[in-house]
Amino acid sequence: MTAAAPPPPPTPPSPSSDPVSAASPPSAKAPPSRPRRNPRSASRRPVRAAAAALAVLGLAVLLVPPLAQLDQQLVELRSAGLPPSLEHPLGTDQVGRDVLLRSVYGLRVSFLVGLVAALASMVIGGLVGLVAGSLGGTPDRLLMRLVDGFTSVPHLLLGIFIVALFSPSPAAVVVSVGVTHWTTAARIVRSEVLSLRARPFVEAAISGGAGRGRVVRRHLLPHLAPHLLLATVLMVPHAVWHETALSFLGLGLPPHLASLGNMINDGQRSLLAGDWWSSLVPGLFILVPTLALGVLAQHWRDRLTPRLRSELFQ
Amino acid sequence: MSPDPETASVLPDPATGRVLPDPATDRAGHGAEGDGVKRAAPAARPPRRPSDGLGRAIARMAAWRAAFAAPLLLAVTAGMFALAKASPFDPVRQYLGDRAVVTDPAVAERIRANWGLDRPVLEQYATWLGNLLRGDLGESRSLHLPVGQVIAERLPWTLLATSAAIVLMLAGSLVAGTVAARRRGSWLDRFITGGALANEAAPVFWLGLLAISVFSVRLGWLPAGGLTDAASATVELGDLAAHMVLPVTVLAVSQSSWLVLYVRESVSGVLREDFVTGARARGLRERTVLVRHALRSALLPFLTLLGARVPELVTGAILVETVFSWPGVASASVQAALAVDFPLLAALTLLGTLAVVGGNLLADIAYTIADPRVRTLGVG
Repeated sequence: MTAAAPPPPPTPPSPSSDPVSAASPPSAKAPPSRPRRNPRSASRRPVRAAAAALAVLGLAVLLVPPLAQLDQQLVELRSAGLPPSLEHPLGTDQVGRDVLLRSVYGLRVSFLVGLVAALASMVIGGLVGLVAGSLGGTPDRLLMRLVDGFTSVPHLLLGIFIVALFSPSPAAVVVSVGVTHWTTAARIVRSEVLSLRARPFVEAAISGGAGRGRVVRRHLLPHLAPHLLLATVLMVPHAVWHETALSFLGLGLPPHLASLGNMINDGQRSLLAGDWWSSLVPGLFILVPTLALGVLAQHWRDRLTPRLRSELFQ
Repeated sequence: MSPDPETASVLPDPATGRVLPDPATDRAGHGAEGDGVKRAAPAARPPRRPSDGLGRAIARMAAWRAAFAAPLLLAVTAGMFALAKASPFDPVRQYLGDRAVVTDPAVAERIRANWGLDRPVLEQYATWLGNLLRGDLGESRSLHLPVGQVIAERLPWTLLATSAAIVLMLAGSLVAGTVAARRRGSWLDRFITGGALANEAAPVFWLGLLAISVFSVRLGWLPAGGLTDAASATVELGDLAAHMVLPVTVLAVSQSSWLVLYVRESVSGVLREDFVTGARARGLRERTVLVRHALRSALLPFLTLLGARVPELVTGAILVETVFSWPGVASASVQAALAVDFPLLAALTLLGTLAVVGGNLLADIAYTIADPRVRTLGVG
């Protein structure tokens, strides 16, 4: 983990970014750490743990809900507010629902909403980036101003504004996250398209008489796909975070849905009475997959860009 | 037959026939002027030029930012208004709440006419925008107070908490990041890096609840929320400080992950540079090398990054203020959203956008002051 220490997450270039800071990314001259240690064995352990955690959670999300669809909704006041025990490994909430079971179910709801929201933002951003990058000129400048404008409004605030004006529903959350988060994808796709357009094979296709549609379909999209895929994968935890935050504030999903944010919101009220499990356990179900995905993404980035890795481990 | 060193430079160079540039003559104003030797030009500038250029560079940047901010804010108001019009909620019904069922429709119509909701949409927007420009932010429908007053009462608390959090975040992450870079590969580094990664993945409201659970409920050291004790009628300094500890720390910690990782990467990169090796070779104390040499040059780009983090800070403030019932503007936006209070919510969204634009401008100004290269290269 230490040897594969990640560079700070790349901040999107703000309109204020200047040539000096852009020219000197700190990771570019990251030094070798201790030369004797084998970096691979050191960096493998967290990657394995992350993969295992994701696999367990994924299996749980896939297998548990169909078996216990009803149990997670079952209100049983006799067993309300129980601390963790053998029967309820992570306790029960204020109306007697099993926290572990409901968290797994909530993870599924939150993940689905987050996935759809991430896809929505990728589609919007991909289209904007593709149009801006391949048209160039005035449309490009206008669209990039739009991107700057959207990044200038704090995401959660704009998200709150959008969900507040529409009734709490999964659709409102998806719209709210999609509308606020497409800018990253737009920037990635645009810069990728700009660099692709200058490549010989695209120039050859254009001079060979290929139309705009054919160039996009045949030459640009296949190169953009991996970037978009990785961006989507990384966007999902962020979208889940947004769903959770909105639901926690009471603005996201309708309260009866077992989303992680709703559970934390419910559990918050009994926190002062010493009931830590019903609000903190659902949070772990956000933290663990997000962290695991972050570790894996870091690992993939190291593998996909050997240049960075070789500089880290010379 | 070697020439006198005093006069050598004004004699024509035997090879080219040109007069070699000399700093002394350059300063007098006529050295490299006529002969096209450009490399002497920088030395010819009068010494007070940098501060002169600094003021102008900042003014130009502020003007550039304002030129960008005005249409942006206008677009944000238009967008908000369009969203409000598309909303399925009827503001009058929302305002009446339970009373909507028993209220005389004529009264409801009167309220509607009072608020100008029966007029064409564009006219409503023009009226609202005109009031906004004149400083009249409207009346909060949920708090029954002028929006301006709500903001004036709550903004100081938000500023207090966020600025304290920023100071704490900077101090904490500089120390943690430098320590991790200094002891790269050690268990301490692994702990700090791992902690920063986990912290990045933890939602800030979860962190806040965790802090309440540990420090308020279990240990009973600190109050769980609010500005003062429920029993006290006035704001006392000690009481306020005790109530600030948890929200400020949680906000600072939640914002610090990227900074810790950034400082660590940056400092450990700089520690490999020649001038650090040179400073060590000269026998300077390790602390001097770290603070005066490494940290100083590692921190330059981070000013811009800090300005770009304002949106995250606003997001963090919204969640932290809500968790700890801190009476600031950020938690007011949540209350306004829950009550579908458009005037208050719109004003606060604008305020958040202003904060982002202002943060970017401040970062640029700080950068211009810190790095002379930006001045000459120009920004924008």
